Amino acid sequence: MAISLKNQAAIAGVGMTELSKNSGVSELSLAAQCIKAACDDAGIAPSEIDGLVSYTLDSTDEIEVARAVGAGDLTFFSRINYGGGAAVGTILQAVMAVATGQANTVVCWRAMNGRSGQRMGQGVSASISSSDLIHWSWYMAYGMLTPGSWIAMIANKYMHKYGVTREDLGRVAISQRNYAQSNPRAFGYGKPLTMDAYLNSKMIAEPLCLYDFCQETDGGCAILITSAERARDLKQKPAIIRGVTQASTQGQEQMTSYYRSELVSLPEMELAARRVYAMAGLGPDDIDAACLYDAFTSEIIMQLESFGFCGEGEGKDMVRDGALDSDGRLPNNTHGGLLSEAYIHGMNNIAEGVRLIRGESTGQPEKRIEHVLVSSGVGVPTGALILGD
Amino acid sequence: MSDSPRNKPPQGHDNSWWWAMANEGKLGIQRCLGCQTLRHPPRPMCGDCHSLEWDAVEATGKGTICSFTVLHHPQFPGFDYPLITILVDLEEGTRVTSQLLQCDPADVKFGMAVEMHMHEDADGFKLPMFKPAQAK
Repeated sequence: MAISLKNQAAIAGVGMTELSKNSGVSELSLAAQCIKAACDDAGIAPSEIDGLVSYTLDSTDEIEVARAVGAGDLTFFSRINYGGGAAVGTILQAVMAVATGQANTVVCWRAMNGRSGQRMGQGVSASISSSDLIHWSWYMAYGMLTPGSWIAMIANKYMHKYGVTREDLGRVAISQRNYAQSNPRAFGYGKPLTMDAYLNSKMIAEPLCLYDFCQETDGGCAILITSAERARDLKQKPAIIRGVTQASTQGQEQMTSYYRSELVSLPEMELAARRVYAMAGLGPDDIDAACLYDAFTSEIIMQLESFGFCGEGEGKDMVRDGALDSDGRLPNNTHGGLLSEAYIHGMNNIAEGVRLIRGESTGQPEKRIEHVLVSSGVGVPTGALILGD
Repeated sequence: MSDSPRNKPPQGHDNSWWWAMANEGKLGIQRCLGCQTLRHPPRPMCGDCHSLEWDAVEATGKGTICSFTVLHHPQFPGFDYPLITILVDLEEGTRVTSQLLQCDPADVKFGMAVEMHMHEDADGFKLPMFKPAQAK
């Protein structure tokens, strides 16, 4: 008999370090700081932590983190692959651990000197050390060495097929930059963006320009998960995990799933959508706000279709209607997102989902937020999460 | 072409034969010997019939542009910018990534007919690239 994970666990604490372009400290320090902050937020002592989950890309070992924060004995530790695709996957690990009694207090974290240290935008050429060397061989030799180059190939095809314009991408960038104006943590805070500035910014990988790209950031973000029952007795209003899933589909590559027949949708995100809605017993009409993964603006428009908020090719119409704005159908990335708050590999988007459920976002919409959808990295094996109040 | 050589693709059991064919001037496509299915990128096992046996056929080099991007930044040694990278639907039915030569970036079009041109770097490294197909 399968165990349903619906309503079994909750996010009881979130913690973030200062966000910067040069932290001046180690990634281990960032990890320890955000995990301690998540414990403080939940009102739990770090010594109660018995589970730790992170990304395979994270440089800090669980045992280093455990010693640094004074965690207790660990009975569950795990890692998820595929860059930002890991974000929600870490939560799934924690929920399964809690629901099956493997651990009681699990912290998921991502800590990175993503600007002053290894930058994602600098390409794979220098330091490929993973087992997918051969995979990258098809792209490296032809100069496709950066996430922007890989995503642009899909974005261009999608935009051509459905008549999506640069202005549509600009609308996404501006909507999220607008949210950043009320978020002092955000890189974009105090730096509003106009359509003129967007359209005249530096072209990087056509059709994507500078403002279509997320930030590169030094910082850490941690999410503390425990049972829903226990979370109700803790310090914060719990964000109940209604549904959570990972998803990878046929023909999946890491960023370069170029050999599927059509390149104008996100099959892995559609699978994540079907599964997360089914687990939660909810559909797109039940989702009040979202934190869709936004390493690139084009990904937001495509995900509106993957998650059924509109039909095929209609993502651009939702954006033109202002759906992503505070008074729109689906306020999205109300903290500014990876584009305008910071790039903590999607962990900071999960943190914002929790704030929306608590009613504590700096970009909190006026309407009641009952359910928030959060997604993981786009173009990679990914996942989706629905938080409820 | 830029003087500094491009980064060489990592090679191993599953892909070095493709680069060896390129070195002989050929664009290769892996063919399953169990069910004759062509596949690219190469894999050690056929996902359809699970045969480990395969050989390679030489593509005609004719195809059309499935998608493309023009890269401006960041710029890496060994490449000239703006750099047109393309996905080509080969007439054999498989798809390959490559570069488009002899074309103004403003003139690249979806569905455009292209043909293979075996490019050779100054250091002798060969790799299949494409150029616009000659008008008949």
